[in-house]
Amino acid sequence: MSVPPAEPAVKQQVKPRVERDHVVIRFAGDSGDGMQVAGMQFTNESAIAGNDLSTLPDFPAEIRAPAGTLAGVSGFQVNFASHEIFTPGDDLDVLVAMNPAALKMNVGDLKPNGILIVDREQFNEQNLRKAGYESNPLEDGSLAKYQVYPVDISKLTALTLRDTNLPARTVNRCKNFFALGLVSWLFQRPIEPTQKWIASRFQKRPELVEANQRVLQAGYHFGETSELFASAFEVKPARLEPGTYRNITGNSALALGFVVAARKAGRPLFLGSYPITPASDILHELAALKEFDVYTFQAEDEIAGIGAALGAAFGGAIAVTTTSGPGMCLKAETINLAVSVELPLVICDIQRGGPSTGLPTKTEQADLLMALYGRNSESPVVVLAPATPADCFSIALEAVQIAVKYMTPVIILSDGYLANGAEPWRLPNLEELPDIRVEFRTDPRGYYPYLRDPMTLSRPWVIPGTPGLEHRIGGLEKEHLTGNVSYAPVNHEQMVRVRARKIAGIAREIPPTKIIGPSTGDLVVLGWGSTYGPIEAAVRKAQAEGKSVSHVHVRHLNPLPSDLGEVLRRFRKVLVPEMNLGQLVRVIRSEYLIDAVGLNKIQGLPFKEAEISRRIEQMLEG
Amino acid sequence: MNVLGPAQKLTRKDFVTDQDVRWCPGCGDYAILAQVQKVMPELGIPRENIVFISGIGCSSRFPYYMNTYGFHSIHGRAPAIASGLKITRPELSVWVITGDGDGLSIGGNHLIHALRRNVDVKILLFNNRIYGLTKGQYSPTSEQGKVTKSTPYGSADYPFNPIAIALGAQATFVARSIDVEAKHLQDTLLRAYRHKGTAFVEILQNCNIFNDGAFSSLTEKETKADTQLVLEHGKPLIFGKNRDKGIRLRDGKLQVVELGQDATESDLVVHDETDAGLAFLLSQLAAPDFPTPIGVFRAVTRPTYEEIVRGQIQTAKSRRPPDLDALLRQGDLWTVS
Repeated sequence: MSVPPAEPAVKQQVKPRVERDHVVIRFAGDSGDGMQVAGMQFTNESAIAGNDLSTLPDFPAEIRAPAGTLAGVSGFQVNFASHEIFTPGDDLDVLVAMNPAALKMNVGDLKPNGILIVDREQFNEQNLRKAGYESNPLEDGSLAKYQVYPVDISKLTALTLRDTNLPARTVNRCKNFFALGLVSWLFQRPIEPTQKWIASRFQKRPELVEANQRVLQAGYHFGETSELFASAFEVKPARLEPGTYRNITGNSALALGFVVAARKAGRPLFLGSYPITPASDILHELAALKEFDVYTFQAEDEIAGIGAALGAAFGGAIAVTTTSGPGMCLKAETINLAVSVELPLVICDIQRGGPSTGLPTKTEQADLLMALYGRNSESPVVVLAPATPADCFSIALEAVQIAVKYMTPVIILSDGYLANGAEPWRLPNLEELPDIRVEFRTDPRGYYPYLRDPMTLSRPWVIPGTPGLEHRIGGLEKEHLTGNVSYAPVNHEQMVRVRARKIAGIAREIPPTKIIGPSTGDLVVLGWGSTYGPIEAAVRKAQAEGKSVSHVHVRHLNPLPSDLGEVLRRFRKVLVPEMNLGQLVRVIRSEYLIDAVGLNKIQGLPFKEAEISRRIEQMLEG
Repeated sequence: MNVLGPAQKLTRKDFVTDQDVRWCPGCGDYAILAQVQKVMPELGIPRENIVFISGIGCSSRFPYYMNTYGFHSIHGRAPAIASGLKITRPELSVWVITGDGDGLSIGGNHLIHALRRNVDVKILLFNNRIYGLTKGQYSPTSEQGKVTKSTPYGSADYPFNPIAIALGAQATFVARSIDVEAKHLQDTLLRAYRHKGTAFVEILQNCNIFNDGAFSSLTEKETKADTQLVLEHGKPLIFGKNRDKGIRLRDGKLQVVELGQDATESDLVVHDETDAGLAFLLSQLAAPDFPTPIGVFRAVTRPTYEEIVRGQIQTAKSRRPPDLDALLRQGDLWTVS
């Protein structure tokens, strides 16, 4: 690595630095305390410092739960390292708790001897009572196994801004930047990116720019000059693949992927969507990108969102709809219509805890079987799942590519963790990305609406406005070639089979399955979606301990890679960790008659590496 | 939109498909289909630029019989599909065919939102006040107390007034016509086509199998002059076999008056398609106390949804020319070499 991390703003380094190879930190506070901002900015600073990183935002569904209560606690966890990492980290090295409720909800995850920074003044009688503490944990010895640093964050913030005329409420809202400044010093992060961010975030309120920047700086200075910390820590840059990097969340990566895909296809992008957590950010992001011929249609409901998208696809646009589980239920009928009329359409399901409204802000991957089978009759669709936040960009491109080539709906199964989690993303070279070929048929000679390409079995995309090719499509069963309504028994079976064959044939597009580790052995851990990170971390650890374990990750859930069964059979045992009650494992067992076993966690949170490691050990012992 | 020259003038036959029309013999839909096929050449645009989109129900088979582009979609969702198409392809003439069940029951939400958005689609709602395709259950426009297979003791719910719904949804063009009034229907369809914005046309249509004669007093020669009130912009509201009855506004209410007895022509309401209040009052007129208005209740112009959105796209492009590379490079970057 030749480019050194940016220098911190303040250079009077006097305290020694202790080197660490990775640190897991969580900022926790009231949902109004700005913990998501503090976490995201710390992430950004760490990225610029050259670390590999992974984040886990965790916030309540309520916009503002009652202040100081356990229900209102919001957290943001960052794992940053001088080596490649795959998860936001299991246990915390550092916890910043802005009030007693945040402490209570999070301290259980702090490692023994971990650093605990709290805002001392918030541990008053009222807040302690709201959090259900009988006595003050800062005084009753219950935190003895941690390094506790009580800091007067609120008071020091107020002191920093005492010469301003800002109302007390506004001053109080700056305190997240004091905490961020302090932690930035503690880990020797550059604070310029945050200074810049503050300047642009509050550009219309210069008084807030100044206040927040001063408080950030004050927090940083406080770390250096106060007697509190004997030393700062240093996490050296990670050795990442050469290139230009930025941070990206899964939702942003999907949005950018769709814009790039539509440009590569030379068509406008149409998003039909209805706001729903945790998918709405894709709508927000695309709504701001109109200069790229992006149409965003905030529909009256989920059904109209996908309906409008299908209408746009009929007209030749790159059509996308975005939602989460409850919205998927409502979209099922239109997905089936898209299956029947064979138009390209991309459906993003950013999965969250269910059933019903469930856990809107928490992650889960329990919509797999719905995506595969949740429609009436025989309704094959393509199902893809990104592995990491940055992988969402590639998956968006691939989904569009498959949709237009095979004239089919494609479901992308992301989840809340990928959607809001961030990681460094190496910017792709736009010229090197393949063009997406979109061909509208215009030749009337020999044309039939359901004349199929002998290779892909897809029907021609003919858009209204094309002379001589006027035709009608619809959800009634069609005669195999002409597309005319047909109730003929044999024709129906033929159509059901050809639709299934078309989707199954897409397996030819899937590269050979990559086995991370030995290609045969005692155990293979098979995963899909966002479990990629913790599985990879756990498998690498087991491999380092000399165990015979490999990792296989599938991004294509339908069709599955054609070599998958054969690959899995090379291992004595197959373990499938999933954030559901066992959905891929059911598919694997029925598809390949392999005795795969599941490891299931349904807590609205991603797996910890240790949870998978434990199961790997058990499997190897048994 | 491409315009055809005189030499390319299409005829009704150009809009007929090779598909057998499968409505019940005697169905009002045949008459509507014939008028629509007659009107299409008058639009002066090529066939390939016309799209018919429907939902589910008897009326929704319509696109199969029109030799244009067509999409027979799913129950109630045609306005949504049509919106997505029209927004991205404004040069197309997009028509939605729906019914009282499709448009006002399962698809009610999409209908009202299409109307308020003012996407330039033409929505023809065939209202026969009954469910035909599912064989005779009452519909959301059936009169209260309707005895059907699903309501052997009479329906308990009160019907929708489609015109009032369209007006309430702020539709910019609201009209009513009747399946068998060939000339009136043609004129109304042409007006709808020429209107820029969402056009809503309720077409009263007879289902001779499950609800025969629902509109017979409106359509029979002997009675129709007394039961129809033909709305014409700028003209007084006169009706009756001898054109001797009119509509007067008194104390905020419309009333029927006998010309030459209770009132003179100058006392009558003059129809004004831009008057939202009058349109609503007229929407409430119904038998037996009043004649049923047909014609254009409301026609006003305002920018369409797709014009506004396209304007935003143009503005965005002029402010910030599209640059994919810059888009990817948003935020803080760092380089690893």
